[in-house]
Amino acid sequence: MFEVLLSPFMIRALVAAAVTGLAAPTVGTYLVQRRLSLLGDGFGHICVTGVALGLLTGTSPTVAAIGIAILGALLIELIRATGKATADVALALLFYGGIAGGLVLISFAGNGANALQGYLFGSITAISWTDVLVSAGLAVTILALSLTLLPQLFAVANDEDYARTTGISVGFYNMLISVLAAVTVSVAMRTVGLLLVSALMVIPVATAQQFTRGFRMTMFTAMGAGLLAALIGVTTTAFVDAPPGATIVLVSLFGFTLTAPIGVLVQRRRKARVPFPLDELPEAHDTVGEPHRHEHGEGCGHLGIEHGDHIDYVHDGHRHAVHGGHYDEH
Amino acid sequence: MTDPQSGEAAIVLQVSDGAVSLAGRPILRDIDLTVRSGEVVALLGANGSGKSTLVKAIVGLHPLTHGEVRMFGMPLASFDQWHRLGYVPQRSTITQGVPSSVWEVVASGRMSRRRPFVPMLRADRDAITAAIEQVDLTNRTKHQVSTLSGGQQQRVLMARTLASEPELLVLDEPNAGVDLASQDGIASTLAARAAQGATIVVVLHELGPFEPLIQRALVMREGRLVYDGLPGPATERQDHDHHHRPAGRLPLSPGVAAPLDGGA
Repeated sequence: MFEVLLSPFMIRALVAAAVTGLAAPTVGTYLVQRRLSLLGDGFGHICVTGVALGLLTGTSPTVAAIGIAILGALLIELIRATGKATADVALALLFYGGIAGGLVLISFAGNGANALQGYLFGSITAISWTDVLVSAGLAVTILALSLTLLPQLFAVANDEDYARTTGISVGFYNMLISVLAAVTVSVAMRTVGLLLVSALMVIPVATAQQFTRGFRMTMFTAMGAGLLAALIGVTTTAFVDAPPGATIVLVSLFGFTLTAPIGVLVQRRRKARVPFPLDELPEAHDTVGEPHRHEHGEGCGHLGIEHGDHIDYVHDGHRHAVHGGHYDEH
Repeated sequence: MTDPQSGEAAIVLQVSDGAVSLAGRPILRDIDLTVRSGEVVALLGANGSGKSTLVKAIVGLHPLTHGEVRMFGMPLASFDQWHRLGYVPQRSTITQGVPSSVWEVVASGRMSRRRPFVPMLRADRDAITAAIEQVDLTNRTKHQVSTLSGGQQQRVLMARTLASEPELLVLDEPNAGVDLASQDGIASTLAARAAQGATIVVVLHELGPFEPLIQRALVMREGRLVYDGLPGPATERQDHDHHHRPAGRLPLSPGVAAPLDGGA
């Protein structure tokens, strides 16, 4: 029953899934930190044009997709750098232009529409060793850059304005994150498909950050979750006739749902540790040990003044209140 | 750092004839300002008087539409010794998105002294540890910053800046929305830095626990500096929560509306 897992196409699929499962959440962590969770989806749209160009010209759709996606990434960062409120709309225009342009181009390619299907929904069981090697090479590059430049990329994603005042080239690193995301999408399109790439970048991060307290830990946990989901997903499709890309994403979502109740508990415990803001610290106070002929109280003949949770009494030119066996001066 | 000829401390920060417009609207005008090494300067003024904008212009986050900022004698555009400058923003995005720990956020303050691809050195680690210690958060090093109180978060921002061991500290309302204990803590940390010779420019809404520290006060009103001198009665916060509306329009360039003109 398990020998199917050792068949060449399955091994290729598992390797391709593993590298995607590791690389996508790594870049995804930066995107979630920058609050650009849906950027991967946008690149997926733009890549349609790339794939169409590749099919139309008879060159490699993957290479064409990478080229177009990187071009899109540079354009997006230029639009974002203007800092205009319209940047959001400009991105939408770019994304829809990408997918519409791709669909029109593909219609010129005759049988291209069928081929496009493999890129939209993934075709992990049909990929060649060359595809696997290209994917693995790109994934290693993505991982190497994301991890070695982590301090810089984190500083920029965590607080862009502050990072600027430390002399970091904020524009460059923002662009690098976008380019890395674009390349990740191109790599993952064979595995999970352009329409679901973004899921593999975001869901493992969402799963991880329920439990982690630091950025680095979130990234590593997300990589583990992504790897696990990708391997389990592909293995499942060896026994169940289901599309691998969608299965990987469902496994990933299942993992999130399964851990969510524990995550809620962890978060609640952490929130409970947030200290109360103390408006006024209790001050050290002077005490007086003078003898009293009577206990202060309503109608004792001394002026009572409300003071927080007790009443002070004016007595021989000072104010005091009973506290245990002595009087506090107030 | 004393000028051998005049005997005066070296100029750390200089704004000459500075003006800033945001989205085409003039916010700051005629700003002339010189801060010398070792000075502790408070920047005061009502809400909307332009304090934060001035501070952001000084650290390079808002470009000047007119005039020039010189940092340690260099024009800001060609300034490259960023580790000498430490900026503490009023608000930050450190609690957003993916969780980050106190250590990680403070470590990002070291970026002005680190080079890409070079692993963290012993000196970096020591500086980060020392900075966290100075703001009294050593027992929270591994905590997630978004689970800290507002005052503790402000102290994290402070530690992040101290980690780069800057000579000039520029702080934007470090006591806004911060509990008294943290305000005192921040003030005493600043006092320690000042005693070690750091230059400090701090935006304040009111002097509060910073009062004993401040040697010189600048007061802003409607985008201009209107007072530069010793802190005293002139700078004390007047208990006004409203602006007096002048009759008619303010004498500004034609076609430029001032915040107090009324209407749109």
